[in-house]
Amino acid sequence: MTTTTDPQSSPPSEGFRLSQLIYDTRYRSLTIQVIASMLIALGLAWLINNTIQNLEALGKSFSFGFLSSPSGYDINQRLVEYDSQATHARAALVGILNTLLVAFLGCVLATILGVIVGVLRLSHNWLVSRVMAVYVEGFRNVPLLLWILLIFAIMTESMPRVRDFRPDGEASMSLFGLVAVTNQGTFIPRMGWSSGSIFIVLTLLVSIGAVVYMRRWARRKQEATGEQTPLLPYALGILIVPTVLSFFAVNAFTTRSEQNLIVVNAETATTLEAYAEEQGRMTLCYLPDTARSVTLMKHLRETGVAFRYNEYLARERALREMSRDRCSILAVPAADAQATIDRLTAMNGSNSYTLLDETLMEGNAIEPFVPKVTESGIPNFEGGTIVRNQLIALWLALSLYTSAFIAEIVRAGILSVSKGQTEAAFALGIRPGRTMRLVILPQALRVIIPPLISQYLNLTKNSSLALAVGYMDVRSTLGGITVNQTGRELEGILLLGLFYLVVSLGISTVMNIYNNAVKLKER
Amino acid sequence: MSEVHAETVRFVRDTMLPEQEPPLTEKGVVKWLRENLFSGWANTALTLVTIYVVYTALSAVLPWIFGGVWNAGNLSECRSILEAFGKTSHEGACWAVIQERWNQFLFGFYPQDLYWRPILTFLLLFVALAPILFSEFVPRQMIWFTAIFPFVAVWLIWGGSFWLPIFALAGFAIAGGLYSVLSDRLGGAGAGLVALIGAVLWWGWMAPTASDTLHRMIATPQVASAKVELPVEIERLGAAIAEIDGQRAELREQISALLAEKEEIQERLVAGRAEGADLDADLAAFAEVRDRIAALRDADSALSRERAILSDQQTAANLLNNRVGNIERLEAELPTLRETATRLRASLPPTVASLQVAQNLPPSIPEEDVDALEAALSAENTLVNTEIAVRETYTSLGLVGLRPVGSTQLGGFLLAITVGVSGIVLSLPLGILLALGRQSDMFIINKFSIVFIEVIRGVPLIVWLFTASLLLNYFLPPGTNFDIMLRVIIMVTLFSAAYIAEVVRGGLAALPRGQYEAADALGLDYAKAMRLIILPQALKISIPGIVNTFIGLFKDTTLVVFVGLFDPLKQMADSIRADANWTGIYWELFVFPGLIFFILCYSMGRYSMYLERKLQREHR
Repeated sequence: MTTTTDPQSSPPSEGFRLSQLIYDTRYRSLTIQVIASMLIALGLAWLINNTIQNLEALGKSFSFGFLSSPSGYDINQRLVEYDSQATHARAALVGILNTLLVAFLGCVLATILGVIVGVLRLSHNWLVSRVMAVYVEGFRNVPLLLWILLIFAIMTESMPRVRDFRPDGEASMSLFGLVAVTNQGTFIPRMGWSSGSIFIVLTLLVSIGAVVYMRRWARRKQEATGEQTPLLPYALGILIVPTVLSFFAVNAFTTRSEQNLIVVNAETATTLEAYAEEQGRMTLCYLPDTARSVTLMKHLRETGVAFRYNEYLARERALREMSRDRCSILAVPAADAQATIDRLTAMNGSNSYTLLDETLMEGNAIEPFVPKVTESGIPNFEGGTIVRNQLIALWLALSLYTSAFIAEIVRAGILSVSKGQTEAAFALGIRPGRTMRLVILPQALRVIIPPLISQYLNLTKNSSLALAVGYMDVRSTLGGITVNQTGRELEGILLLGLFYLVVSLGISTVMNIYNNAVKLKER
Repeated sequence: MSEVHAETVRFVRDTMLPEQEPPLTEKGVVKWLRENLFSGWANTALTLVTIYVVYTALSAVLPWIFGGVWNAGNLSECRSILEAFGKTSHEGACWAVIQERWNQFLFGFYPQDLYWRPILTFLLLFVALAPILFSEFVPRQMIWFTAIFPFVAVWLIWGGSFWLPIFALAGFAIAGGLYSVLSDRLGGAGAGLVALIGAVLWWGWMAPTASDTLHRMIATPQVASAKVELPVEIERLGAAIAEIDGQRAELREQISALLAEKEEIQERLVAGRAEGADLDADLAAFAEVRDRIAALRDADSALSRERAILSDQQTAANLLNNRVGNIERLEAELPTLRETATRLRASLPPTVASLQVAQNLPPSIPEEDVDALEAALSAENTLVNTEIAVRETYTSLGLVGLRPVGSTQLGGFLLAITVGVSGIVLSLPLGILLALGRQSDMFIINKFSIVFIEVIRGVPLIVWLFTASLLLNYFLPPGTNFDIMLRVIIMVTLFSAAYIAEVVRGGLAALPRGQYEAADALGLDYAKAMRLIILPQALKISIPGIVNTFIGLFKDTTLVVFVGLFDPLKQMADSIRADANWTGIYWELFVFPGLIFFILCYSMGRYSMYLERKLQREHR
């Protein structure tokens, strides 16, 4: 009897028998593993063989070459330069960035809302805690798709049209006239940046570093001497004062980058006025990196020039249009004006391009451009930037839906810290604020963080529902239009899955590292 | 000290003071309000703000919900009725759309005369769930019904001959029989393998053959009579449809006359309201006309239902008639076709002998070889198509049981619940197996489970659904093409199984090590230890997580819209809005399905809380 259970004792006298593979626990797990790996290998071989046969039958090959061919479709929401002549890989990148954008925005808002709701749900105020319970149960128990569609419908159906924002219309801009919520999207102010602006950002970063250092110093001092240093006023001072000073300094000593105007086929003209007279009505083209549109247009209007304008988000596209005579005048940054003229001449040598000696040098280093409705022509906002309804609907719906789950996580986390901890802290004479910060939160966070991260992951994956409202995320570009246009379902969906998998596994790895760092060190 | 005190006391009370009412602020409603709503300035402010927010929200939503119109034929009629009552078109909902599309919301395009089948299935579902959900209230024998319910349910919803569910069940019986006979001789694992092979053989080959034979046996004597009876039947149905069309035209005329009358009263009402005249008489007349219109519309929709049923029957009869007309010819052709296909294939030149497609061939193959291959392929194709046509004719003629319904006809909440319940039922066992695999010491099993779980969980369900609809054809042998709904159910099952595996793993990990050791100490083998000791406890711990996964799965069934199925949310709303009568309707189509989903998901959540309390064994 002992021979089969105790591997230490002497082997059975008959030697190895075949039946031991099934009956002997020493060998059985090996048998099972061998059979299992054979089955798995067979299954995989079967799938791959089928795939190869099917691909052959359809006359397709397995290759990722399609990624470098032109995509041929437009994407209205993009964070990097892109137009329909760009490659499929570029389109996928635009989609990936859009997915990450909405996921990031969603995580931030969902966390804020979730923490507020979770804390309020624990409030002693009966009414508030009930309302928050309704909020949580309401958002949790209804499909996310419904929230996305509902918010999108609210945005597109019950928000005012752009034309209503004209002086005789009934709609008005909200948030002190900075933001216009329309049925096409929300127009928000945009910051103008100059080359000097980086100095302000650097100052801010250095200040943050200084605050972090000061915190460490204060902690070391407290551990050494027991003396506490009031941190908040110093920290605020360090954060605000240098940044504001550098802002004024930069504004005083630098101006926003100059813009030069390149004109095409100017026979006689050397000034803007003369060129305008020669052309009659002009088409102004500009790139986003030179698109200080308000200043530029103000300047042109002051000159008394009649013009239409096209904004090109991709540099190549603007240059191409210019070389095809679709633009009569192109605005470029002063720095690479001459290089641009060389490019244009290379693209179309039969035209002549002239650099107008007209520079626009007004405006501060950092200046917000508030959207302003055009008062004639096609109703539109100029100056600001548009956040499209697709993004807003997806963002709000993801945030609201996920915040209900986060609220429950936060509530559970706070409840998981036993009341004795608070009481012990009070008994030590620690004040309520510090009790929360130093005793309750660190313990609650240990419970909160892991499920919180998994909610972030869920939010990121749920952002693939963008399809429902036509937001161009990676599923809609790489896994949608690209796949449909090239017929590369296998490769496209493989890449798509891989992207989500890498994001998921990446975040869970980080989460595991964090978990191990904050784990209770027992025994 | 006490002595000093005693000496200074001049008066000692020797009777109890009479009880007094607590102060007004310390009892009843006032106390509760003070403690719960107005305990400090911050709390008071919070309360007031909340009251304001709740009031604003409710005062906007409640009149809209309860002031809605339930009887109207289209959106503009709805709005004009609201106007007649002195409201703007945004101050009342148009619930009429829900009333009109009620059946579609519930059943999609399921044949109208067969609604009893999903309804019966739904009722039986509760009977089948009772032994699991409320085990203390129902007899234990009920579990047998639960075991056969899935087969009955599939048969009821999709239809087919009555022996199909029996054949499916028989596979399990065969596997069970083989296992119990062989387990003594071959041991557990060997017997299990043989049982599995036996069941697969039965399902994959023996059962379909037996079913075809049965259909053929029943159908053969009927062919002659069907040829005579079917044309008569088709004619009769055509006449009945024409009659109903006549009646409906008449009804429509009456309705439009009444609508004109209603419009007249409506104009009087709107004008009278502007002048401030007495509206009572007009309002009464208005209500009366609306009631009559509603009655006529009900009659009309009843007729339209009847017509849809008849026209379904007519289509089916036509199809069957065509098939029966051709059956003898096709059967006569079969041997020739078979002979031709074999001959052509055998005489193919060696360069193309084993090929199955004639596209994208290398240029080295001569033209005439390709032509020969194409001829052989087309002969094989004709043969397969003829065989299918013959088999389908016999299947539909020899049908003894329920009329078959295709997956594309399922829609609305029927679809959501079918996908959801199948996913839940199938994913739980799979999830438990995966969790055990992930806990296993065996290297291969463990790693395979980890990779499977992480890959499935790392990718959104939408991508899996697209995989099911676009890629599954790549992974299966050439020529297989199976039901999109089945694919969706498979994908949803795998997806939620991975999540359940993680939840159950949490439960397994939370179990004290002593439980495993105690099971080993009792000499239980792995299967018994898991079944009797470990899993009951681990699953109990995992209940909230499992139910949450189920709720998530049920909500995710709305995503089937993206692979072209008719979900109750987006596809439903889009199809209603595509109807000229209801273009421009929005909110009602969100509120209604949202409410149904909320009720179902919320009650699932509540049930899990009940289950947790019921199964709680510690800390009583």
